[in-house]
Amino acid sequence: MVQTLEFEKPILELESKIEELRHMTSSGGVDVADEVSKLQGKVDRLLKTTYAKLTPAQKVQVARHPERPHTLDYVERLFTEFTPLAGDRRFGEDAAMISGLARFRGRACVVLGQERGHDTETRLRHNFGMVKPEGYRKAERLMLMAERFHLPVVTLVDTAGAFPGIQAEERGQSEAIAKCIETCLKVKVPIVAVVIGEGGSGGAIAIAAADRVLMLEHAIYSVISPEGCASILWRSAAQSGEAAAALRLTAQDLKEFKVIDGIVGEPYGGAHRRREETIDLVGDAIESALHELRGLDGAALLARRRQKFLDIGQSLQ
Amino acid sequence: MADDDEKESTPMNWINNYVRPRLARLVAPKEVPDNLWIKCPSCGQMLYKRDLEANLNVCHHCNHHMRLGPKQRLTTLFDDGRYALIELPKPAVDPLRFRDTKRYSDRIKDAQNKTGQQDAIQVAHGDIGGMKTVVAAFDFSFMGGSMGMAVGDGLVAAAKLAVLQQAALIVVPASGGARMQEGILSLMQMPRSVIAVEQVKEAGLPYIVLLTDPTTGGVSASFAMLGDIHIAEPGAQIGFAGARVIEETIRETLPEGFQRAEYLRDHGMVDMVVHRKDLQATLARVIGLLTRPGPGASVVKISRAAAPAE
Repeated sequence: MVQTLEFEKPILELESKIEELRHMTSSGGVDVADEVSKLQGKVDRLLKTTYAKLTPAQKVQVARHPERPHTLDYVERLFTEFTPLAGDRRFGEDAAMISGLARFRGRACVVLGQERGHDTETRLRHNFGMVKPEGYRKAERLMLMAERFHLPVVTLVDTAGAFPGIQAEERGQSEAIAKCIETCLKVKVPIVAVVIGEGGSGGAIAIAAADRVLMLEHAIYSVISPEGCASILWRSAAQSGEAAAALRLTAQDLKEFKVIDGIVGEPYGGAHRRREETIDLVGDAIESALHELRGLDGAALLARRRQKFLDIGQSLQ
Repeated sequence: MADDDEKESTPMNWINNYVRPRLARLVAPKEVPDNLWIKCPSCGQMLYKRDLEANLNVCHHCNHHMRLGPKQRLTTLFDDGRYALIELPKPAVDPLRFRDTKRYSDRIKDAQNKTGQQDAIQVAHGDIGGMKTVVAAFDFSFMGGSMGMAVGDGLVAAAKLAVLQQAALIVVPASGGARMQEGILSLMQMPRSVIAVEQVKEAGLPYIVLLTDPTTGGVSASFAMLGDIHIAEPGAQIGFAGARVIEETIRETLPEGFQRAEYLRDHGMVDMVVHRKDLQATLARVIGLLTRPGPGASVVKISRAAAPAE
């Protein structure tokens, strides 16, 4: 089932009209090719103008669109020899955190990322992309291994947040996230992070304290979900649209604050319409980020990474 | 995530709302300090304020540890209550121009007027057990002790000072988490504070976290869980997700004592739970053990050679 976004309705209406016309043609009726291409042009223009001025609240919807490519889609298309590695060697395996060895355009690396799933079965298997302590500890283990073998780390960030549950608390969710951040800020190999959908708070930063942090054009990254923020500050989740605007959670805002290093443009109409094209664009961005970091001495790399995070916010004075 | 301000509302009932104002009008208003007595939120006993303060804000009846402001906190931790505060950088004000039902810049001003402080952290140096120590103490009464850029600045400054003075660093969080009015910039205080304490640890100095009520959200998931030693006050709430969020997610009621200091100790996240009156002695002992190896030290000197001990 394709989810309909409210603001996309005029576009979808046109698209269904095109579909109808095409159907007429194929069932041997009149040739409507002209009409179809005219309508298609209209759809394209509408998509371009709509997506050029999405409001923050609309971006939240696009970032969470179920058809948007998720971590496993990127892994499948961008990486070869993907070898998933399981477990934190302490408690268990967490399928919400995809993790393994792979080659990225020929170069061996470690890849990590939250996977939300795309249907009921996979969503349950991956716990909707909400990682538990064992998932963060597995990520930590793999980052340390990457350092041992001088492999770069690529992380794909897409989560509503770390899992809030009794067992997660018992096993030290806070400590697991804290250690994961610490490890990101400790390993002497390049780390490139891409926020591909939703960067949800502590659950996201745990694998995003990177040398290069990139974000897709319509992705979001925030300290709290707009719904959570609205229910606390406005005492009503209905104000989430206002909260989305107030939180400044778009890629464009984050670039302005220098919290991220670059924005990866999405094809017009958003990643959910042009999945493969989007994934390839992200691939190119990762490649150039890794290229920039190549050849840097490990200690210098680490010092720069730390200085970058120490400096965030300072320039606003 | 930090909710603003303490929510200690008085129960609404007709006696308070209706009868009392009338009675008050009948009896001419007298200049009586209204907060001579404080009700213990745990056992309900009425406590005389002066006695309570003398007992470090711990209830005489049930040992409930009430919150302690940074000033009292620093006084109780340092030898003879003597310390020097350091001046912290002036924080960037309202970087997002955030506004909910109220402007963030107004909320900050209100909190500043209420507490007389610039933001939710104070940093001091002095001696504990005769050893140089830097303490960074959170102020829960300042917007729920939430961590924004100013708090991050305070932690970075505290870490720098500890390294400079070759002193131990103790951080005393009392915070609901990140300050959401600073958006992503508050989230970025997580890596920032982690780097700060990492610098202390890499300098070979002890980093001790004294977890007090509450230590949750982005604060617990960053510097507060990275100490060499974690000491918690009895009953302190410590955890990642808020109780309400967990209950909504899993639709179960939470077990007794969930996310309390003792629960964290039992689950291996906290080294010890220590009564407020014993904190100074405990900290002094721990710092001493970590930094003053004593006369037999050469025996355990770490050496790459596999030679037997002398």
